[in-house]
Amino acid sequence: MEVLEKKNEIQDNLLKNFEAKIDRGDAIEPRDKMPDAYRKHLIRQMSQHAHSEVIGMQPEGNWITRAPSLRVRQILLAKIQDEGGHGLYLYSAAETLGISRREMIEQLHSGKAKYSNIFNYPALTWADIGAIGWLVDGAAIVNQVSLQRTSYGPYSRAMVRICKEESFHQRQGYEIMAKMMKGTKDQQEMAQDAMNRWWWPSLMMFGPHDSESPHTGDAVKWKIKRSSNDELRQKFIDKTVQQAEVIGLTIPDKDLKWNEAKKCYDHGPINWEEFYRVISGNGPCNKQRMAHHVKVHNDGAWVREAAEAYRQKKEKKIFH
Amino acid sequence: MTQEQALYKYCLRMGDDALIHSYRLSEWCSNAPILEEDLALTNFALDMIGRAQAILDYAGKIDGKGKTSDDLAYRRKERDFYNHLIMELPNGDFAYTMARILFVSIFEYYFFSELCHSADTTLTAIAAKTVKEVKYHMAHATDWALRLGDGTDESNTRMQQAVDELWAYTGELFETDDATAILEDRNIAVDMGMIRAKWKTDVTRILTEAKLKVPGDGYNQTGSGNGVHTEYLGHILSEMQYLQRAYPEAIW
Repeated sequence: MEVLEKKNEIQDNLLKNFEAKIDRGDAIEPRDKMPDAYRKHLIRQMSQHAHSEVIGMQPEGNWITRAPSLRVRQILLAKIQDEGGHGLYLYSAAETLGISRREMIEQLHSGKAKYSNIFNYPALTWADIGAIGWLVDGAAIVNQVSLQRTSYGPYSRAMVRICKEESFHQRQGYEIMAKMMKGTKDQQEMAQDAMNRWWWPSLMMFGPHDSESPHTGDAVKWKIKRSSNDELRQKFIDKTVQQAEVIGLTIPDKDLKWNEAKKCYDHGPINWEEFYRVISGNGPCNKQRMAHHVKVHNDGAWVREAAEAYRQKKEKKIFH
Repeated sequence: MTQEQALYKYCLRMGDDALIHSYRLSEWCSNAPILEEDLALTNFALDMIGRAQAILDYAGKIDGKGKTSDDLAYRRKERDFYNHLIMELPNGDFAYTMARILFVSIFEYYFFSELCHSADTTLTAIAAKTVKEVKYHMAHATDWALRLGDGTDESNTRMQQAVDELWAYTGELFETDDATAILEDRNIAVDMGMIRAKWKTDVTRILTEAKLKVPGDGYNQTGSGNGVHTEYLGHILSEMQYLQRAYPEAIW
């Protein structure tokens, strides 16, 4: 029993040190001791974040070959390339927690790991590319700005870099929408239609209301999560409403109105039934997105094997 | 044919090469075997769009009818495109795409290196920038040719197949016509005979090192110099030009 008590005391002290560090606002680095639950939470969140960046390339990639000018084609390609780059930083950052990219991809394919629900919606017209950049990336930025102060060092540093690029993406999306709203009647209708389809799913990106959110407890205490779902959602709404007004787009929410007392916008009820239906696999594109990722991964297996075989042939092994 | 007409066509050929090859590479977006390659291939596509834009804008100026690079890319008919056939062939597998980048980038490296000495200063400026970019394409494709050629049996077979199939489209890269003859006389165009030998030497060296056979010279596919393409180009254009054609009044 004495041994057990001693062991438990050591554990308690480690936790105390860890939490003291968090309370001081110090970053946790890969070699630092951390509770298993902290590591697990981060792996779940960071791999989900990485997968989202990568799966998000699909709906936007759907429009590269149809982008209507050389300039916008270049911008869209560069943007999607950034998303792939974000996926890479995030996979690498998650790898510092002791999981490999291969394992993370296996978890994605088995359904154990998730990606952002928003990418289960289809990009139907060119205006959707505008809406994704403006609304989806706009919502992502709000979340990511807050994550720049997250307690895990590699994650927070990845966020700083990602935020810089995301703000460019949001401008890209907004520019597409603004141009279309200044354009022909067809273009204006296309833009409003995209707005109508992407607004509510964008609000859902922040997750369930705080009262319903299952992951909040330790994540807040350990400063992984720095703001609540509802706080972030409110920030997004407040900054976006005016942007929509400026270019003449209508937000598809009849209950949306300025609350003078709270100094923010009140919004109508979110359709959580749709949210849970899409999360559970019945969104318009869930099967398509996963099938695509699995197929590409499997089709590319021979290339990865060849690269590995070549490396083994050429690698010097003087010391072991 | 006047010098302006010859130069216009010469520019369309270069611009269309970049435009159509970039289109094919951009199709790899979210389709590559590893994320790093997704980024590399789209990066090359980006280089090429930039090049296409610069060259087609210049072509529009030479033509003198106020056409922009977008007008030329998005409103031209398939018979008026002059890219080499090799650029428009479907991507095939990763080996096929890499073999194409290898063949094309070595060609472009020597072509644009020579074009740096052209009497036309707009072309020399574009060429100088392009050489820098193409060096990366060439290095990347060479690395992959070695990995795939000398990797596994499967990768060697696939790479060899790609090399064999694409070989018949490489001869066209060095073709000359009336336009190039006029421009060569005025020291504007590149001497194709000279770069062909260099191309062959490099390709032979890389394929041999990659444990791949260099195909024998047989019949070469041709036609793009007269705007006669494969069936694939029409599909590229119908997709690429879709919005511009469907909404001719719109500005995007």
